[in-house]
Amino acid sequence: MTEKMTGAQALVRALEQVGVDTVFGIPGGAILPAYDPLYDSTKVRHVLVRHEQGAGHAAEGYAQATGRVGVCMATSGPGATNLVTPIADAYMDSVPIVAITGQVSTPLIGTDAFQEADISGITMPITKHNFLVTNAEDIPRTIAEAFHIAATGRPGPVLVDIAKDALQATTTFSWPPVMQLPGYRPVTRPHSKQIREAARLMTEAKRPVFYVGGGVHKARAAAELLELAELTGIPVVTTLMARGTFPDSHPQHMGMPGMHGSVSAVGALQRSDLLIALGTRFDDRVTGELSSFAPHAKVIHADIDPAEISKNRHADVPIVGDCREVIGDLITAVRTEQAEGRKGDYAEWWRLLNGYKETYPLGYEEFADGSLAPQYVIERLSALVGPEAIYTAGVGQHQMWAAQFVKYEHPGTFINSGGAGTMGFSVPAAMGAKMGCPDKVVWAIDGDGCFQMTNQELATCAIEGVPIKVAVINNGNLGMVRQWQTLFYDERYSNTDLQRPKRIPDFVKLAEAYGCVGLRCERPEDVDDTIRKAMEINDVPVVVDFVVHQDAMVWPMVAAGTSNDDIKYARDMAPNWEGGE
Amino acid sequence: MSRHTLSVLVENKPGVLARVAALFSRRGFNIDSLAVGPTEHDDISRMTIVVNVEDLPLEQVTKQLNKLVNVIKIVELDNSQSVQRELMLIKVRTDSESRSHVLELVNLFRARCVDVATDAVTIEVTGTTDKLEAFVRVLEPYGIKELVQSGMVAIGRGARSITDRSLRALDRSA
Repeated sequence: MTEKMTGAQALVRALEQVGVDTVFGIPGGAILPAYDPLYDSTKVRHVLVRHEQGAGHAAEGYAQATGRVGVCMATSGPGATNLVTPIADAYMDSVPIVAITGQVSTPLIGTDAFQEADISGITMPITKHNFLVTNAEDIPRTIAEAFHIAATGRPGPVLVDIAKDALQATTTFSWPPVMQLPGYRPVTRPHSKQIREAARLMTEAKRPVFYVGGGVHKARAAAELLELAELTGIPVVTTLMARGTFPDSHPQHMGMPGMHGSVSAVGALQRSDLLIALGTRFDDRVTGELSSFAPHAKVIHADIDPAEISKNRHADVPIVGDCREVIGDLITAVRTEQAEGRKGDYAEWWRLLNGYKETYPLGYEEFADGSLAPQYVIERLSALVGPEAIYTAGVGQHQMWAAQFVKYEHPGTFINSGGAGTMGFSVPAAMGAKMGCPDKVVWAIDGDGCFQMTNQELATCAIEGVPIKVAVINNGNLGMVRQWQTLFYDERYSNTDLQRPKRIPDFVKLAEAYGCVGLRCERPEDVDDTIRKAMEINDVPVVVDFVVHQDAMVWPMVAAGTSNDDIKYARDMAPNWEGGE
Repeated sequence: MSRHTLSVLVENKPGVLARVAALFSRRGFNIDSLAVGPTEHDDISRMTIVVNVEDLPLEQVTKQLNKLVNVIKIVELDNSQSVQRELMLIKVRTDSESRSHVLELVNLFRARCVDVATDAVTIEVTGTTDKLEAFVRVLEPYGIKELVQSGMVAIGRGARSITDRSLRALDRSA
């Protein structure tokens, strides 16, 4: 089909053709031509947010909840620069989003025109790729390429910056366009020799561990992982980005590794003789001091991004490929090994690991004065809301507790900002997730610091009919920073108290002002009733202000830059590694 | 540290040089020399990048370069299996007495005199880094007024071409 239309119409038509149903954005001068045909589109719903950062995080939440590419739109200059944080966030966590920005007209580019910013230059290091489009005829092909790049290989953010005159010019639209990406060829099929070698090492190892990262769910390989884990009997740890990819209730699950990981997960990695790293990148928050990370382990490292392999830790068996194909091939290879009578024996390993699990379960301190422990709130939330819901989190203490105390059973049910650590992620991400999965219950677990960065999107939720639920874990402080001040800065609480001398703002009133239901809970005995009440309200967003004790800390903890071996499961309490043997 | 010569085939599009240069600086690598120019194919440019790094970081930067969508192919050229050249233009102070000495050096180095004035000559010379350094050393006593040098360009020896396969990839996508 070939039709005459404007560049703006071609843009909207191209978005329809690639299957976009939701766009989060805010119009402005340079992108205005695109908003006119968008007004008429019956296929694309535009959600008018209150800040472009909200649009970007909503697109991320949508993408992670649905597995489809999330889309956000903004105008030139400040509109585009407000997208920088979510784009950087999506880059760090490999979230497929396409950001479409208006740019000043071609003759004005480079003249410091009104609302001009070199957004393709600015986002060069934080996008998988970006485009500056100055000809209307290039718009459909560029949109097709942008969605292809965002969704395939290692997913990531792609920015398409379109000059205003290209949106206004007349062009012919034909679909599908021919993509021109000679330098883009992601490898998805793993090498069979490496797979056989990996299977052989898995059989021979005495203390193997599956070290599972966000890439496994991104490859939609949770079912294959479960099969491989049960076939081999090898323990599994799930990183922050992989929570839910392997069921928490499964006896082979050792918990989350890393700075605030469980003793059993951290211990499993440290004592291992073989790490089978799947879709994960040996982030410093997982490895602790790199030189003492899993010191006795050989490494099988499978990832779709060749640059991740041997970046931080040398891989003895490098496997480049899509995790679903890799795990599928590993299942076949392990079956072959087993058919030939070779099967790993991990009984002794399990005795040690089960000892860790029993001796050092996750726990927390309750307060004698009857005030709320934040962990208790999250534990009850998980118990009452259950594993079918989607949980989002911001960044800080509440995020770690959400990773520790919500029991995840399904992949993709925990959406948070891992690599970038973006405060304010939770509410807009919950909005995006709820719009992508309207039949799911979506809870944003947020801190009071994070919540004040992006809560304006409650207005969007209320007006657009997106009934998310927000649990504000309100300790009146920038809690994680305060925790570090407690531990490493002599309890000198420099600029972390958000509510002294008065509790401002009143989150219940704030929720009501935004057209949401506001609830407050300050005592442990009220927690269940308050959560149930929030669960009964499904027509408008609900915000629950859980006022919690400010001195609660996240444990276990591996202090930054120290070895995982020096993990503390409570203040000054180090596990006895040999005790379980 | 050791010097490595990378030949990078890239799409001939605006901004590609910026992407490559930014990648090097973002990942903490210094570029010793960089030369960019067209190739026998209109849609492909070729960069020759000389970096001074250990093998492991080199592998990492090569992988990161490969991830740039506009980068088509990267080949490391071995010094002994490739021809490497730099171009230099040098303006040397001369008078009637010293001119013939300078011209003798020009001949010895198989350089060329491209401009003559009463008190200076401008010389064009190509060669390896070592040769150019040696040439500059022998000219220094006469007084070097100005010097400009290109990045290194390099090409593999023998009949094989690194562009062949990339061209086929380009044709397929077109």
